Parts: sequence; C-alpha cells; structure tokens
Amino acid sequence: MNTEATDVQEGKMESAAPRTHAINIGDLGRENTVAEQGELDIALNVTELDLYYGEKQALKKIELEIPRNRVTAFIGPSGCGKSTLLRCFNRMNDLVDNVRTEGQITLDGEDIYSKHLNVAELRRRVGMVFQKPNPFPKSIYENVAYGLRILGIKDKRRLDETVEKALRGAALWDEVKDRLQDNALGLSGGQQQRLVIARAIAVEPDVLLLDEPASALDPISTLKIEELIYELKDKYTIVIVTHNMQQAARVSDYTAFMYMGELVEHADTNTLFTNPTRKQTEDYITGRYG
Amino acid sequence: MRERTAKWFKSGTPWIWLSAGAVSISLLMVVGLLVLIAVRGLSFFWPSDVLDAQYIEANGAVVRLIGAIDSSETVPAARVRDSGYALQTEEPVERHLLKVGNRDVYGADFRLALQPFLTDIKYPEHILVAERREWGNFYGFLLSISENGKVIAEGDAARQMLPDRLEYALDLFSQIRSIQTHEIGSVNYGLERLRLKQRRLEMDGLEDPKAYAVIDKQREVLEKEYDVQREKMTTLFEQIRRDSMRVETMDGKEVEIPLEKVVRVYYPNAMGSFAKLGFYFEKVWEFVSDEPREANTEGGIFPAIFGTVMMVLIMSVLVTPFGVIAAVYLREYARQGPIIRIIRIAVNNLAGVPSIVYGVFGLGFFVYFLGGNIDALFFPEAQPAPTFGTPGILWSSLTLALLTLPVVIVATEEGLARIPRAIREASLALGATKAETLWRIVIPMASPAMMTGLILAVARAAGEVAPLMLVGVVKLAPSLPLDGNFPFLHLERKFMHLGFHIYDVGFQSPNVEAARPLVYATSLLLIIVIVLLNLAAIYIRNHLREKYRSLEN
Repeated sequence: MNTEATDVQEGKMESAAPRTHAINIGDLGRENTVAEQGELDIALNVTELDLYYGEKQALKKIELEIPRNRVTAFIGPSGCGKSTLLRCFNRMNDLVDNVRTEGQITLDGEDIYSKHLNVAELRRRVGMVFQKPNPFPKSIYENVAYGLRILGIKDKRRLDETVEKALRGAALWDEVKDRLQDNALGLSGGQQQRLVIARAIAVEPDVLLLDEPASALDPISTLKIEELIYELKDKYTIVIVTHNMQQAARVSDYTAFMYMGELVEHADTNTLFTNPTRKQTEDYITGRYG
Repeated sequence: MRERTAKWFKSGTPWIWLSAGAVSISLLMVVGLLVLIAVRGLSFFWPSDVLDAQYIEANGAVVRLIGAIDSSETVPAARVRDSGYALQTEEPVERHLLKVGNRDVYGADFRLALQPFLTDIKYPEHILVAERREWGNFYGFLLSISENGKVIAEGDAARQMLPDRLEYALDLFSQIRSIQTHEIGSVNYGLERLRLKQRRLEMDGLEDPKAYAVIDKQREVLEKEYDVQREKMTTLFEQIRRDSMRVETMDGKEVEIPLEKVVRVYYPNAMGSFAKLGFYFEKVWEFVSDEPREANTEGGIFPAIFGTVMMVLIMSVLVTPFGVIAAVYLREYARQGPIIRIIRIAVNNLAGVPSIVYGVFGLGFFVYFLGGNIDALFFPEAQPAPTFGTPGILWSSLTLALLTLPVVIVATEEGLARIPRAIREASLALGATKAETLWRIVIPMASPAMMTGLILAVARAAGEVAPLMLVGVVKLAPSLPLDGNFPFLHLERKFMHLGFHIYDVGFQSPNVEAARPLVYATSLLLIIVIVLLNLAAIYIRNHLREKYRSLEN
C-alpha cells in the first residue's frame, strides 16, 4: 500500500539516524515553529507526509517534530486530519482500505513505513489509547496482561509485577487491587479509560498516542486522566488529540494546530495560545470557527 | 363515523391487533401441534381396561369379544345399515376400534365393534394381557402353568405363581441377551479382526509361519471362549424353556405360551389408578431405554435415540470448525469484492438446496467415491465386503454437516461482523498481529454467534430424514455405533434414527393400526431430543454471552 512511499525514502534512510535536533525557525523553513530554542530530543519526525483516502487527500505535506518526554497536542476542527496523523504514528491507518501514504515518519531515526519494519513491534513501541474506552471483555488483570502475553511472557510473577506496575502507573491500582479478576466491563467509564492506559503502558512503549482520551468522560474522570497525562510525560513521549482547547492548554507542552489536512502552526503551547502567528490559528482558538 | 374509523386506522391500533393476532395464531398452532402429539403419543402407554362382552354380528351370530377400546368414532346410521346390521334408530352410532390382540389366533390385532350391538359388557378382573416377543399382545384368561410340560398349578394358584416364574424367565432372557451381545459379540468381533489380519498378511505375501501361528493361537483362544459361552447359552436356553402357561382366548380356544416368549403380564381391570400409573411409567421407560421388537412396532426405540444424538454430535464436531474457518476467511482475510460477494450468495443459496440432493451427493461422493477409495487403500483385506464404502454414520454426519454448513457460516460471519472495530484496534495497537487478535479476542467474542449457528444447524440436522435414507440410516441396526469393542466408536456402522423410525413405523410396518400411536410417541421423543440438544447449546451460548457481554452494551 505504501511501497512507493518507502521506495522513495530508501535514500533518506541512512541520514535518518538517531540524533538530537536543534529546532529553529530557519531550519524548518516553514511557519511550524517550536518557539523554545535549544537542544531538544526528537522522538518522532514527520517529513513531507501526504496521506490519501482513495482520491481524497487527508494530510498535506505535514512537517512535524515531536519532542521526547513532552506532551504534544493536536488541535483543530473536526475532520482536519489530526486523528489521521496520530494514527500514522502506529500505522493504524494500514487497517483502512485504500489508504496511501507518501513521505516519511521516523521513530528514533527509524523509518516506520519501511518494508522491513515489523508493524506489530512498532505498535508495541507506540501505544495508543482511543476515544472511547475499549477494554477487552476479560478480567482487569487479563486486560493489562494482554500485551505481555502477546509478547510471550508466561512467568506468573513477572506478569503480576508488571500488571501492578502498570495499574499503579495509570493511577488505578488502589481502586481495583481487590478485584483484579472481575470483568473489566464492570468498571466505570473513567476507570476503563485508565485501565486502557495501564494496558498500553504495560508493554513499556516509547510513545503514547491519545486520541481524544477524555471526550467520552465526565469532568472528574477527565481531570484524573489529565493528571495522569501530566505524570506520564516523564517516562513517555505523549501525543494527544483533543477537541478541547482548554485541555490542550492544560496538559500539553507543545501544540500543533491543523486545518483541512494541513499543519498550520506548531509551537510551544504558551506561545500558540497567547501569541499565534497565523490568522487561522487565532480565529480558531478565539472561537471564530471550528 | 367514517372519521372515527379513519382515526382508528391512523392510530395504528389495527396494525397492533393484526400483528398480535398473527403471533397468537402461530403460537396456538405450535402449542396445538405439541399437545396433539403429546396426548396421542403418551396415551399409548396407558393400560386401558379390557372389556368382555357379547357382540351381535351383521349375520346375527353372537360372539364373545375380549379387547381394549383403542379409539372410537361416530358413523351415520345409513352406513351401518348398508353393511348389513339391523339398526333401528336414525341416530349416528358409535363405532369402536377394539384391540383384541392374539394375532397368532385371529390373524389381526384389531376389529371393529358397533356400540349398539355390544351387550353384556363386563370388566372381569382376571382378564390377562401378556406382552409377547412375537405375535403382539395376548388377551385372555390364565388356565394353568406347566413345568417341563407338566401342569403344576391351576386357577388362582397359577395366577400367584406366574410373577415368580415370569421373573425367572426374564432374568434368564436378559442373561442370554447379554451373552449374545457382549461376550459372543466381542468374540465374533475378535474373530473377524483376526480373519482380516490373516487376509492382510496373505495379501502382503508374508510367508513367515510364526505370524500365522500367532493368529492361530489367538483364534484358538477366542474359539475356546466361544465354546464356553455357547455351552452357557445352551444351559440357559434349556432353563428358560422350562415353564409355559396355558391360556384361553375369547372364543374358548386354549393356547400354550412358553414363558420365554413373554415380556410382561398384567391384569388391567384389577389395577388401581396408582398401579396403572406405575405401569405407565414403566412402559414409558421401556420405550426410551429398550430395543425395538417385532419389526419396530413394539418395545423401545433406544437405538434410534442413540443414533440420532450420536449423528448430531458427530455432525456438530464436523461442521463447527469447518464453518467457522470458512467464515473467518470470508470475513477477515478475503478481500471484499465481487468474487467474495458471489461466494457469499452461493453459500446462502446452498441452504436452500433440497436436502435429498445432499443425500444423493453424499451417496455419490462420500459413500462411493471417498468410502470406496478408503476401502481400497486401508481395508483391502475386507474386500469385496465394503467397510467405509457403504452408507454409515460417518457419511450421514458428513452429509448433514454439508447441509448445515451455510447456516454456521452465515451466523459466524454475522458474529464476526458485530465485533466492534474498537476492540480489534485495541488489540492491534498493543502489538498483536491480526492472527493473534483473531485467536485471542475476535473468535472468543464471536463464539456466542457460532453457537447460534450451531443451534440452528442442530435443529435442522436432527429433523432431517430424506438424505439419511441414502447415506446410512437403516430400519434396524444390529449394533450401536458405540460399544465396548475396540476402537469403541464405529463410524462405518449403519444406525437408526428417530425421524426415519417414524417413517418406517408409520408407513412401512406390517401392522399400521397398532403402530400409529408409536408414530406420535416417536415424534414426541424426536421433538424432545431436538429441544434438549438445543437447550444444551443455548445454555453454552448464554454462558459464553455472559462472559463476553461487551457486545450487548
């Protein structure tokens, strides 16, 4: 599906070794600026990414760098392509028929659209949490242990330890420690979403993709998720898609504004919200459209 | 007025009435069917009183009738007069079908009797009914009991002695049966296997006398065992022939009935309600647990129940993995396009092919082609006698598996389609491959749908008769497909089936009148078996649903 894309990129592969990026406006040559100057470790690097659903182009020439151990938020009106972009990072778009991707995305310098890449392994390294909580119809324990079992881990002690660690990491341990064998579907929506986060971090990914993780939750659960994101960013590179600009402002270090499949502006959150360089961004964050 | 009618129509009330009415009628018909079958089938086992009366025949002769009223109907007086009876009234008269038994004496079990011409009706307590292994029931009076041809008791003394003597004979009979089916059966089975083994060696051109000597030795052992058993049987036969009873029929004839030919003796007129109830349940139990007698018109239908259940189980084992794998491919792996659409339509249409066509296919492909080749490859020593190249339970199960495959495929596909995308994505996002996702998440979650498919398949397969007549069902199977002889499960054997049994008893039996209640009873049993099989499957499905209930919310 994306073989043409990878073939084109073969030449670039060597240059895409792990490296530390010095981000500055001049380098990027575009308006997608990260205002914070200085040394920043880049986890995901997107270059000239185009994505088509059949004939329709959903992403247009995206250029983006996502720094390690920071929270990057994608905002923009519905249908602007922010979820599509997010799903490029773990190649979830492969599951959709007639998708064509061109351009390059590297994770730690490795082209993730390479023919030789093991997609399952990529998805282990890039965890994802979806809009609606989607626990498996299994016990709480088995939900968290699922990724480990896929990895072939059978040792009971190791499983127990990892499950506990993941549940603690997702701030759910105290609530469920007495009923690990209960069906996960008996948890509340907010608990389910944290369980899903625990499930994602149990396999120790490098990057955590959150696709509107709080949009189906009540305010208190949302708050808990936001606090959790804040805690998690020490260990994971987090990319979050959100409809809620306040949420983006609260939880993220960097924010990217997308509109009609284009990345309009990318800067550190403070700058973007207080002093956007583009008119479109300003209109959106002040609520004039979208 | 018209406005009100219009309003009434607009309110939707007539529609509710119409739809509710349709449901009620359907329900009534189903319940009616079940009640009819249950009443007709279950009343068969009730020991009805036996009357003893004088009857004036059309020609004026007076005869004595002893028999139980089987059924009654009213006939117009004119028709009665036409058949020669001197009837006074114009009222329609009742006509009874009287079961008089004693087929060996009168040639028929039943006769008709008109109510107005029955006089002097009595129900004497001493009327004896004997169920026999041959010739159907006997109705009459007990005169005496003989031992080795000598009378040892008469009248009341004979009546008192009879139960013990009969029990003795029945006990011996069951011993003989047991030796015949188990001991001698397995000796014969062993001998047959040895014969085939020897044939095999001969065919392979083996000339090692040692090998033959081993076989001969084993055969010697078996033959010795056979002699022992036959000796036992001979003594048992001598013992069982010891007693006989002398009985008198309604026309005063005396008949000698050896007790070895008697299954059960009872005096219906002397029985109270409780005794009758006990007798009733005994008969019902005999019906479901015993083997058939007298061309299937008497005794039980256990082999048919066993065959039906066994066939359905084997079919389930065959059809489920097959259907599920096909559905998984169609839904999960195949590229959705015109070809898959055509295949899907074809699969759906397969469900509409008349079942007899499957039978013909099964006979041609499974029995003759597959079975014939299996015989040629694996059982050359048994040739020309076929082993698998003849109708049998395996081919029946396979044919029905083919017949029910579309149902399982369609149900499974629907189940797979209902698994939320989010759940699949969750698994994939955790680094599971598509296959892992299928095995660990999708298929377990779709298992209730598979069970639904299986329930539909079982319901269809258990009731199917037409194709089975071509691929393995028989009127009377000498042995069950499951027994104590290695390898225990004999898939090549022919079997009995409740559906076919109904057809056979109802339409192919020499004694249709006597067998009719059996048709109802067997139908009832077939329904019960199907319901039980379905309930079992539904129980499993609900259990699975409970486990994976995320689909419901």
